[in-house]
Amino acid sequence: MRRPLFLPRARYRRRRLRDAARLLPVFGAFLFLLPIMWSPATTMLGDTAPDGIYLFAVWAGLIVIAGLLSRHLRSDENGPSDEDD
Amino acid sequence: MPFNILVAASLLYVGFLFLVAFAVERRAAAGAAGWLRSPLVYTLSLSVYCTAWTFYGAVGYAARSGLEFLTIYLGPTLVFVGWWWVLRKLVRIGRRERVTSIADLISNRYGKSNLLGVIVTLLCVVAATPYIALQLQSVTLSFGVFVKDAPEGFTGDGGTTALWVAAGLALFTILFGTRNLDANEQHTGIVTAIAVEAVVKLVALLAVGVFVVWGLADGPADIIARIDASAIADWNLQPSRWAGLIFVSGAAVICLPRMFQVMVVENVDERHLATAAWAFPLYLMLMSLFVVPIAVIGLERMPEGANPDMFVLTLPLAEGQGGLAMLAFLGGFSSATSMVIVEAIALATMVSNHVVTPLWLRLRPRSDAAQAVSGDLRRLVLVSRRLSIVGVLALGYAYYRLSGGSGALAAIGLIAFVGVAQILPAMLGGIFWRGATRAGAVAGLLTGAAVWTFVLFLPSFGEGGVLPAAVFADGPWGIGWLRPGALFGVQGMDPLVHAIFWSLVLNTSAFLIVSLVTFPGPVERLQGAAFVNVFDEGVGPRPWARGQAEPEALLMMAQRILGDDAAQAFFEEGARAQGKEGMLPDPSPGFVAGLERRLSGAVGAATAHAMIGQIAGRAAVSVEDLMAVANEAAQIMEHSATLEAQQGELTRTARALREANEKLMQLSVQKDAFLSQISHELRTPMTSIRAFSEILMEGDLPPGMAEKHARIIHVEAKRLTRLLDDLLLLSVLENGTVQLTLDVVPLRDIIDGALIAAGQVRPERAFAVHRDLAAEDIFLRTDADRLKQVFINLISNARKYCDAGQPELRIAVRLRGGRVLIDVIDNGTGIPQDKQRLIFEKFTRLTDQTRAGGAGLGLAICREVMASLGGTVAYLPGQGGAAFRVTVPLRLEQAA
Repeated sequence: MRRPLFLPRARYRRRRLRDAARLLPVFGAFLFLLPIMWSPATTMLGDTAPDGIYLFAVWAGLIVIAGLLSRHLRSDENGPSDEDD
Repeated sequence: MPFNILVAASLLYVGFLFLVAFAVERRAAAGAAGWLRSPLVYTLSLSVYCTAWTFYGAVGYAARSGLEFLTIYLGPTLVFVGWWWVLRKLVRIGRRERVTSIADLISNRYGKSNLLGVIVTLLCVVAATPYIALQLQSVTLSFGVFVKDAPEGFTGDGGTTALWVAAGLALFTILFGTRNLDANEQHTGIVTAIAVEAVVKLVALLAVGVFVVWGLADGPADIIARIDASAIADWNLQPSRWAGLIFVSGAAVICLPRMFQVMVVENVDERHLATAAWAFPLYLMLMSLFVVPIAVIGLERMPEGANPDMFVLTLPLAEGQGGLAMLAFLGGFSSATSMVIVEAIALATMVSNHVVTPLWLRLRPRSDAAQAVSGDLRRLVLVSRRLSIVGVLALGYAYYRLSGGSGALAAIGLIAFVGVAQILPAMLGGIFWRGATRAGAVAGLLTGAAVWTFVLFLPSFGEGGVLPAAVFADGPWGIGWLRPGALFGVQGMDPLVHAIFWSLVLNTSAFLIVSLVTFPGPVERLQGAAFVNVFDEGVGPRPWARGQAEPEALLMMAQRILGDDAAQAFFEEGARAQGKEGMLPDPSPGFVAGLERRLSGAVGAATAHAMIGQIAGRAAVSVEDLMAVANEAAQIMEHSATLEAQQGELTRTARALREANEKLMQLSVQKDAFLSQISHELRTPMTSIRAFSEILMEGDLPPGMAEKHARIIHVEAKRLTRLLDDLLLLSVLENGTVQLTLDVVPLRDIIDGALIAAGQVRPERAFAVHRDLAAEDIFLRTDADRLKQVFINLISNARKYCDAGQPELRIAVRLRGGRVLIDVIDNGTGIPQDKQRLIFEKFTRLTDQTRAGGAGLGLAICREVMASLGGTVAYLPGQGGAAFRVTVPLRLEQAA
């Protein structure tokens, strides 16, 4: 059976939502690894506090986005699973 | 804070947990679990990730290595935020295949191989033992903090405390962890107790944190200033450690047996994962929020040389906050106990399912299926599980005693992380790559485990501990490039990163390469497809063949494993689903597969498969089995081909018979018609002969009349004679007693003669005759008179019956092989198909439309003549009229 080339708007949204859910950890990993780039280069003075604040901010951001995504993703869990999009 | 109160409080707390677990089990048994199975409880139960290592150790870690402790939580955060990738699939597979542990998952995926189950089990036990020891140590240490207030009788000996704690935990775990055998019934009581403990440890750590930030310091800004001023500020991020630890902690959160237990095995609803995807990272963030402030203030205020691992406890105590210290103590206690309980359950399930039960089954004679399931297996599994729990805790205790409780908490935890991370390639490969094979998984796991043991685990006992110092300096057997600290000569790497790097690189390479060059077995391939395509319905392992298993034997075995009630309910349900009364459903492939899944929920996939195999008469699907099946199929196909051929023959015979029958019926009708015809034919001349002869006998007739009457009598008598001649000729021909006069004659003469002779029939009709004189120029050696008779008959027939307005006759001659084909074709309507077969029969007359004067013997005579001449005459359909083909041999040899 051939899949339709274009999807209804709602299903299109849902698929992009899944893409977002897949991308989130990639962005998270990038942001968590970012301190590697700048930390050793800075002054001899420690930057523990700014790094910590940065990391916690990213962390909180990830949690909020994950929460928003999961709210929408959960609702279509019961729907037909069309994996290979 | 009096020591007695502390002991009493912890006992009370444990009692409270008992009550919670007990009440929840009661409610769950009554089917009223309700909110107890909410996503909140699921998320909180995941907090077994945060052990005493987190609770106490994180502060110590921060005091030593700054923000690096965060990596232990950032890895899991990424894994959970990315739940759509891995966790969703894991949980779905776990629920669908009724996976009981991570060892079961790996074993199940790779063809229900018990070898893999054993490898993973051993790896997990080895990695977890120090970890359990670590928990016992932390509880002992936390008791030790209060020990100065201990009464006289309490010696403060860490060993005694650890022993009591271990024994108490074993008791709790056995009570609530081995109540139900079917892991799918899940340990609701324990999970709820763990959730309560999760709240306690979070509240405790937050309380200490709030006290530190707003009680001892002046809020966040002040804390930031103090951090900058403290030793922690000097910490520098080490890129390789940072990335490596994030990776390895992300791997561990999937692979740790206890995490797998609460995340996959105890999962009651896949949708809970969606909540945990953000709630668990939130929990982790809250747990680590105040770690650095506590470490900083601890370093500031506590005396030089104080153990930073205990700051959470000692800081409030030093500040005179007895209640807060108590809460912190309970938090730490919770962290340790919850981890130990879940880890013990997970490991005990693995040990009993992959080591004890298969061993027991192996020791049984395989041939006797009845004996294999006799004896109370359920009891055996429960006992083995309980013994395993005791064994796991005893191992942890022994390790604690032997290692003397030394070493920083964090180091031990990380060693365990790297150990279990060795399962990651086999696991991810198993659920995403169908090409992953059992041999590949074994190779990867063994390689990874070996490298981890040699490079990280054994060196952790210290130089000269297990490995002699010479090995560290010069490598084993003096091979320099195998030094545990610098594998393949890679030097200058952080030891932990070095271990992570080499163990996982070699592990993954071995896994991939061996997978690529080996060929998976049938069960492996099926399981591989079932795992990788878990979201596509309908892909499943090969069902059991029908009718091989006795339902009664299956029920007996199921009762021994699941218990009487559960097994009977399952069978009754199966019977009802098949529309049967009673308790014994047909052992249909679907039912047996369902039973296997159910059993594997209790004793693991490999064992369940083997046990069903013993009853169903097939321990495992081997290639030989499949070959046998294929041979069988080939035989069946051959057989059916034979049958088909036979059937075809039968059909043909039946058709021939039917045709013969039809012909007979028509002949019978024809014969009846002929008899009346011939009696008429005979009677008519006879009547006129009699009548005219009577007139002649009376005498007084004018002379003309007498002569006329005599001629009529003569003509009628001739007619009778001709009819009788024909009949005589036919019978002579049929008897084969005819005498042939062979001669060489030109065909053209024969046809000429026949045309002239036949011209007397209905001479009033003018026929256009088309001939091919050149073709007729053939000399035949045959009986010319008889052949001419055939042509006369055919041509006369054409003259008689051709109904065309302007009748034409075509005579075509062809030489083919040693035979001459002569076609006699007119342009009439021809002979209808249903009559074509009849015309050569005797007494056949198609119509009465023309009084032919014959008795319907002409063609029958033709056929017999041609047979005697060694040729044939046949009707030639599709020539636009009646057409007959005479085939005659060019040279007829006289039969001797």
